[in-house]
Amino acid sequence: MIEVRLFATLREGRGKIVKLDFKTNFNGIQLLEDLKIPQEQVSIFLINGHHQSFEKLLSDEDIVSIFPPVGGG
Amino acid sequence: METTSYNGKLLRINLTNSQITSESLNLDLAKKFIGARGLGTKILMDEINPTIDPLSDDNKLIIMTGALTGAAVPTGGRYVVVTKSPLTGMIACSNSGGEWGAKLKYAGFDGIIFEGKAQSPVYLSICDEKVELKPAEALWGKTSSETEEILKAEYEKSSVLNIGPGGENKSLMAAIMNDADRAAGRSGVGAVMGSKNLKAIVVQASRNNIPVTDSEAMRKEMLIAMKKIKEDGVTGTGLPTYGTAVLVNIINETGSFPTDNWQGSYDENAEIISGETLAEKYLKGTYHCHRCPIGCGRVVEREGKNIGGPEYETLWAYGGNCGVHDIPTINEANFWCNELGIDSISVPCTIASAMELYQKGYISEEECDGVPLTFGSKEAVVEWTKRIGLSQGKLGALMAKGSQRLCDAYGHPEFSMSVKKQELPAYDARGIQGIGLNYATSNRGGCHVRGYMISPEILAHPELLDRTKTEDKATWTKIFQDLTAVIDSMGMCLFTSFALGADDYANFLNAGTGTTHTVDSLLEAGERIYNLERIFNKKAGMKAEDDSLPKRLTEDSIVDGPSQGQKNHLNIMLPEYYAARGWVNAFPTEETLIRLGLEENDRS
Ligand code: SF4
Repeated sequence: MIEVRLFATLREGRGKIVKLDFKTNFNGIQLLEDLKIPQEQVSIFLINGHHQSFEKLLSDEDIVSIFPPVGGG
Repeated sequence: METTSYNGKLLRINLTNSQITSESLNLDLAKKFIGARGLGTKILMDEINPTIDPLSDDNKLIIMTGALTGAAVPTGGRYVVVTKSPLTGMIACSNSGGEWGAKLKYAGFDGIIFEGKAQSPVYLSICDEKVELKPAEALWGKTSSETEEILKAEYEKSSVLNIGPGGENKSLMAAIMNDADRAAGRSGVGAVMGSKNLKAIVVQASRNNIPVTDSEAMRKEMLIAMKKIKEDGVTGTGLPTYGTAVLVNIINETGSFPTDNWQGSYDENAEIISGETLAEKYLKGTYHCHRCPIGCGRVVEREGKNIGGPEYETLWAYGGNCGVHDIPTINEANFWCNELGIDSISVPCTIASAMELYQKGYISEEECDGVPLTFGSKEAVVEWTKRIGLSQGKLGALMAKGSQRLCDAYGHPEFSMSVKKQELPAYDARGIQGIGLNYATSNRGGCHVRGYMISPEILAHPELLDRTKTEDKATWTKIFQDLTAVIDSMGMCLFTSFALGADDYANFLNAGTGTTHTVDSLLEAGERIYNLERIFNKKAGMKAEDDSLPKRLTEDSIVDGPSQGQKNHLNIMLPEYYAARGWVNAFPTEETLIRLGLEENDRS
């Protein structure tokens, strides 16, 4: 199982947390496609709390956190 | 005389003998140090001996607008307060938005230098060129909003800057407030104002614009900048929708959200106090400072009235760091910070350190006087915020001096999560290396807005740097610190830098003041300001070891969450940073000073 946590505007129509069954050879590009999130809407893509590229292969039990462009200080 | 966005005029108010003089601004000096932060520091440096007691008559309180404050630039409305800080004993430079800074500029002045001390409470009224000191006994003891209300009833269409009881009581964490809930919040600048018996400054102005050197170039750059701000995801959508509060979940997801006075770094309950929850359940509206197209200010409701809502820092400081996962309680505590005029970062962080002292048995139940300092206690955070603001009771008065003095008094200085005695903001520097370097080397002590390394290390802006690595952090931190010094000195909001680059700022400044800055010369001007602040600190008695982090960040690894096991490696970054700056042992070399044209300032 992969837990996908969505934040800010990306929650609209998708909810806060989406759980996906784990598949082998599954990466961020496919995950975003499954969730119908255009890549350009994502500015922060974390796997288990660390920034990763969309190409990185996911492992079972991974937690993926996705944010649109946001910031502050 | 050449036309520039400077008025060319400073007010000097001697509070001891009530003398008011208007003097001309040295334009060459203004251009060299840009304005606000840079120019204020230069004037302070020239006029006081940095070793003086910050709360004595010898200190000066300098309130300075930026080169472009009041001009037709996005967010061009800010002012800074520069003085010697009673909290850190070093340079204080706190800036604030709202309308007040622009009003002062429209009234005809670039800044005000307050010296001496009034015998009894006074306020200053500025109605265009007419400037008067008036008795303020009737205002003394009033909260910030009460003071503003009384003065606004007397001065139509005015803007009010004031201190609350926190500044009157000389809390070392006292802020200067303006326009309801905007604050020059950090380093205890409100205590300096209180020590001078100065309660408020009310400004009325008939103008609502200022001339610039090249209005056509300014108009062009304004269009370019507005487009960039609207189109950028952060300034166009993120900040307007969620405010800074959106960071709660981001920082927490990276395991860099300190909890219980930095004993933990991941908060299971972050969602409850997040920007998303704030927007969904509590938001009543947004607030825009002068000429701001972004509007990051939050408006929430309290007892049927709209009030200013919490920033990210405040949500974290009360929510994560004191363990109170309840937005209404945080709103209430934030409200009291604003009313009493105290810093909504340092105050809750001091409460968090007191909570750890209580948790470990160093502060007794009896000393808590009916309100135990228990992590997670809603009652405690509100009540102790009030006690700090009013310097109430023995412990309240001690806590009003900030966490370092509190923890020193109990023999456990290590529980103060501060740098140069100023409380650290909301990002755990163990999992984010560069922000730790910025904390350690910030001239005003623990602070994120001197060089916001969170931008590249977390927000991937302008590009992503690996937050766990030390490589390249020294040069990035230096550039961020130098550019920030420029933006602060221009009188613009730092948040514009999510959308604008150094070239945009150079274009604005050149159009406004007739300078011919390139990106390189602009960054050098920022570097000059950063070095000048450092010379002030050196003369004030700063030691090389003051560029450090609390032991907890360099010796104890994070115990929970996604950044578990990490520590900050300041020892690796600091020598690289000094080399990049041309400093040895924390201070600029003669060669660096000559390169920046600062050699005269280093002489005693
Ligand atoms: S972005 Fe926020 S703090 Fe900055 S000027 Fe606009 S409203 Fe004020």
